[in-house]
Amino acid sequence: MDGEELTEQETQLYDRQIRVWGADAQRRLSKAHVLVCGMKGAVAEFCKNIVLAGIGSLTLVDNRLVTEEALSANFLIPPDEGVFGGKTVAELCCDSLKDFNPMVRVSVIKGEPSSFNEEFLKTFDVIVVSCCSLAEKKSVNEKCRKLPKRTSFYTVDCRDSCGEIFVDLQDYKYAKKKLDDTVECQLSYPSFEESISVRWKAHPRKVSKLFYALRVIERFEEAERRNPGETSISDLPGVLKLKKEMCESQSVNEAHIPNALLERLVTNPTEFPPVCAVIGGILGQEVIKAISGKGDPLKNFFYFDAVDGKGIIEDISSQP
Amino acid sequence: MASQQQLSAIKGAKVLMVGAGGIGCELLKTLALSGFQDIHIIDMDTIEVSNLNRQFLFRKSHVGLSKAKVARDAVLRFRPNVSITSYHANVKNQEFNVDFFKQFSVVLNGLDNLDARRHVNRLCLAADVPLVESGTTGFLGQVTVHVKGKTECYECQPKPAPKTYPVCTITSTPSKFVHCIVWAKDLLFAKLFGDKNQENDLNVRSSDPASSSDHAEDIFELNKDETIEHYGRRVFDHVFGYNIEVALSNEDTWKNRNKPRPIYSRDILPDEPTKQNGNADKNCATDGQSLISAMASLGMKNPQEIWSLMENSRIFIEAIKLFFTKREKDVGNLAFDKDDQLAVEFVTAAANIRAESFGIPMHSLFESKGIAGNIVHAVATTNAIIAGLIVIEAIKVLQNDANNYRMTYCLEHPSRKMLLMPVEPFEPNKSCYVCSETPLSLEINTHSAKLRDLVEKIVKAKLGMNFPLIMHGAALLYEVGDDLDEDMVANYNANLEKVLSELPSPVVSGTILSVEDLQQELSCNINVKHRDEFDEEKEPDGMVLSGWQETSLEKGDSSKTLGNGESTSKTLPSTKDADKNDDTDIVVSGRKRKLDEASSAVDISSEANSSKKPEVLDDDDDDLVMLDDGDSAINKKKRLQ
Repeated sequence: MDGEELTEQETQLYDRQIRVWGADAQRRLSKAHVLVCGMKGAVAEFCKNIVLAGIGSLTLVDNRLVTEEALSANFLIPPDEGVFGGKTVAELCCDSLKDFNPMVRVSVIKGEPSSFNEEFLKTFDVIVVSCCSLAEKKSVNEKCRKLPKRTSFYTVDCRDSCGEIFVDLQDYKYAKKKLDDTVECQLSYPSFEESISVRWKAHPRKVSKLFYALRVIERFEEAERRNPGETSISDLPGVLKLKKEMCESQSVNEAHIPNALLERLVTNPTEFPPVCAVIGGILGQEVIKAISGKGDPLKNFFYFDAVDGKGIIEDISSQP
Repeated sequence: MASQQQLSAIKGAKVLMVGAGGIGCELLKTLALSGFQDIHIIDMDTIEVSNLNRQFLFRKSHVGLSKAKVARDAVLRFRPNVSITSYHANVKNQEFNVDFFKQFSVVLNGLDNLDARRHVNRLCLAADVPLVESGTTGFLGQVTVHVKGKTECYECQPKPAPKTYPVCTITSTPSKFVHCIVWAKDLLFAKLFGDKNQENDLNVRSSDPASSSDHAEDIFELNKDETIEHYGRRVFDHVFGYNIEVALSNEDTWKNRNKPRPIYSRDILPDEPTKQNGNADKNCATDGQSLISAMASLGMKNPQEIWSLMENSRIFIEAIKLFFTKREKDVGNLAFDKDDQLAVEFVTAAANIRAESFGIPMHSLFESKGIAGNIVHAVATTNAIIAGLIVIEAIKVLQNDANNYRMTYCLEHPSRKMLLMPVEPFEPNKSCYVCSETPLSLEINTHSAKLRDLVEKIVKAKLGMNFPLIMHGAALLYEVGDDLDEDMVANYNANLEKVLSELPSPVVSGTILSVEDLQQELSCNINVKHRDEFDEEKEPDGMVLSGWQETSLEKGDSSKTLGNGESTSKTLPSTKDADKNDDTDIVVSGRKRKLDEASSAVDISSEANSSKKPEVLDDDDDDLVMLDDGDSAINKKKRLQ
C-alpha cells in the first residue's frame, strides 16, 4: 500500500467496486493515465467503463468530424447536428465522458497515432488503439516497448458481429489469489508484430478462425491503402484471392478460413452495438486488471462472435 | 452490424425492461443503439450515490429521483427518436397484470431480487411472452432465455435461499464474524433502538431463563436519573461482560470450544466520560441523519481501518449517546438500514467487541457494512457485457430462432479458453410446480397448524404468491383482493385463526388444496398429509413442503453448529432481502449448472468424469465442459464480502 487514503467522496462513490477489487487497486486506478486512439463504438464503451471505474486521466485521439457512421454505435455523441459545430469526434466524446465522472480528467489531443513520439507516449500507463492500419498498430506497439517504463498496449476492433482484442503487457508481474494466499505471477508477452509473425503451422490447436480472417482483411486493407473498416461486398474476390495466397505461404489448408466468415466481415464492416458492449466491457476489465496488478490478465488475443456466442482467449506467442 | 432480418425484427419489437439499475442502464443504452424503437421500463427505485460508479445514465444531481425516468431522459438525449415509456413503480403492482405483459414481444430482466424475478417469470409464463433473465456479481454474470414450452422457466431449478443461522450460534457460540454482525444487528441494535415489543432472543443463552429475563427487562431501559453515558456503559457491561460470564457458567458449552472473555467498559475506557474533540456540535447544524456520526464526533475518518478494542468501545458508547440525543425520535422504531451511518457504526463496534471477546478477528466499518447490508459488489464492465448478451439473445427470441438460444456465463477465470461461455438451454423441468402442473405435497400438523401459518409460511414465503386464493374443492377458504365484501373479509380473517382440521371445510390428511394467484395466473395443487411432530431445528416452520426445494448458500453450516443442546429452536434470518440497490441476487441459477470456480480455472477436459455434463457448444470439438455441482460461484460471492 502506498499509504495515501481514498477520500470520503471516493469511498462513497466507488463503494461497490472497492468491494470487488479493494481500496489498494482503487488508489492505483486513480493514478493511471490512459490514451485511446479511434473513438468508435467499442472504444466508446471502453472509455465509459474506465471513466466510471475512476482512472486518473483519459486522453482521446480522433480527428474525424462526425458522420452518420461515427454516430451509429457511439452513445457519447449527441445526434443534434447543431451541437457538432466543427467539433471532432474526440471533442464531442470528451464532453460526454467528463460528465460521467467529474473526478476523472478527460482531454483531447489532436494528431495521428503514427506521429506520436516517445516524449508523448511515456506519459501514459495504458495505450489503446482502434481503427488503425496494420502499420500504425505495429509502430505504436514498438514505440511502447521502447519506453523507459512498462506501458500496456491494446488494440481493439469490431466488425459485423465480431470483435478482437490484442494485449501486450510486455514483462508483467501481478498478484493472484490462490485459495487464501496471494501469489506473485509473471507473464511475458510478445509484441503485435511478433505475434502475427508466428507461423500458422506452429499455432496451438484450434485457434479461433477469426484470428486468421482478420489477418487477411488487415493485409487486404493495407495493400489496397484503405482506411480500416473500408470494405464492401465488391472486395470479396480480392480478399478471397489474398486468403488463398496467405494460406499457401503459411502452408495451411485454405479451408482453415471459411469464406462465409470473410464474406460477413468484408460486407459488413460496421459495428454491432451489443458486440461493442461485450468487447468494450472485456477490454475495460483487462485494463483495470493491468493497472491494479490484480488477477490473471488475458494473453494475448480475445475473440467474440455473437453468432456462436463464445468469448475466447487465444495465446499466440512465438514458440520457445 | 445487424442483418436485414434482424433489423426488421428489432424495429417491430415492443420490449419490456424490468429494472433500471446496473444492468438496466447498460441494457437501455444498448437496446437504443441497436435500433429498438419501442421500449418500456419499470423500476421502483430512486438513485443513490453508490449507484453512480456503474449506472452511467445517472449523475450526482439525480440522487433521489426515479431511476426509470432519469434513464429514459438520458437515453433520449443521444437517441431522441426512440419511444421510451418509464414507470416509477413496483413490477408487482396490480396494474402490471397478464394483459399488460401480453402487449410485449419480449421481457428483459435486470433485477436485484429473487422475489421480483419469480413474479416476472410467472407473468411471462401466463402471458406467454419470452423472458431473458440476467444477473451479475463482481466479475461473474449470466444471461438465460426462458420461452414457455421450449426452455426451462426461471423456477424450474431450485434457488438458493437466504442464509439463516441457528439462534444458539448467534446468541451463544459465534465462530465467524458474520455471526457477530447478525447478533449486533438483529438482536442488540433491534433491542436498543427498535420496537420494544418485538420478540428478541438477546438473553436466551442463560441456563436459568427465569432469572435472566427478570434481569433483562430493565437493563435496556434508560433510567430517568442516569446519564446516557452511564446507560451506554451499563448496556456495554451487561452484553459484553455479564452475559458472557453467565454463558461461561454453562460449562458444557465450552468443552470443545474456546472460552470467550468477558469485557467490561471500566477496563477499556477511562472512568470519566469519553472525551470529545469538539466536532460533535457541527452535527447539530443539519437534520440529515447521514451526518450524525460517531466516527465524525470522535474525529475518525477512514472506514477501511480496523479499530482497536478501545476505539470500538468509544464508538459504541458515542453511537448510543448520539441516538438518544440527536435522534431520540427514531429510538424505539428503528430497523437496521445499511445507509444509516450511525446504525452501521454502532453495529460495527458492537460486532467487533463481541468478536474480540470470542477471539474472532475484527473488521473495518467498510467490511462490516458490506456484511450487515448484504451488499452485492458490482462493477460497470460485467453489467455492460451482460447487457450486450441480453440484446443478442433478445434478437434471437424476436426471430424465433429457438435452435440458437443460449444461456451464457460470464466467468472470472477462463474455462477451456472461454471467458464467455454459451451453453444450450435446458428443457422445462416436468416436475416444476410453476410451469408444469405437478402437485406439491405438504406435511403439516392439521390439528395444531392454523390457516394463517399455511398462508404465511407456505403460500407467501415459499410459493411467492401476492394475491393468493385457497380452495378446498368448491369451498373458498381464503382470498386476498381489493374488491371483496366486508363480510367475506371477516369470514376469511376468521378462517385464518382456525386450525386446519376445524375449518368450515376441514383440511385433513389426504385433502387436496388448490392455491392460486390471480395476478400471476399461477395455480397449483397441494396434497396435504398430516404429521404430528416436527424437528424444531431442522423443520422450523413446523411443516414441510416437497416438490419444491430450496438450497442453502452454505450447505451444512447449520448442522455443523447445531446440537450442543441449547435451548433455542428458531433460526434467525441473517438478512432480509438482497440489497435493493444492486443488480443481482443469484449469479448462477440451477444446481446442475453451477460453475465451479476451481474447475473453470483448470483444464476441464481432464475432469470429464463428472456425472453432469451438459454439452457445451462447440462445432469442432467433442470435449465436454464439466459443470460442477459445487457452489463455489456462490462461495466466491460470500468470500468477497
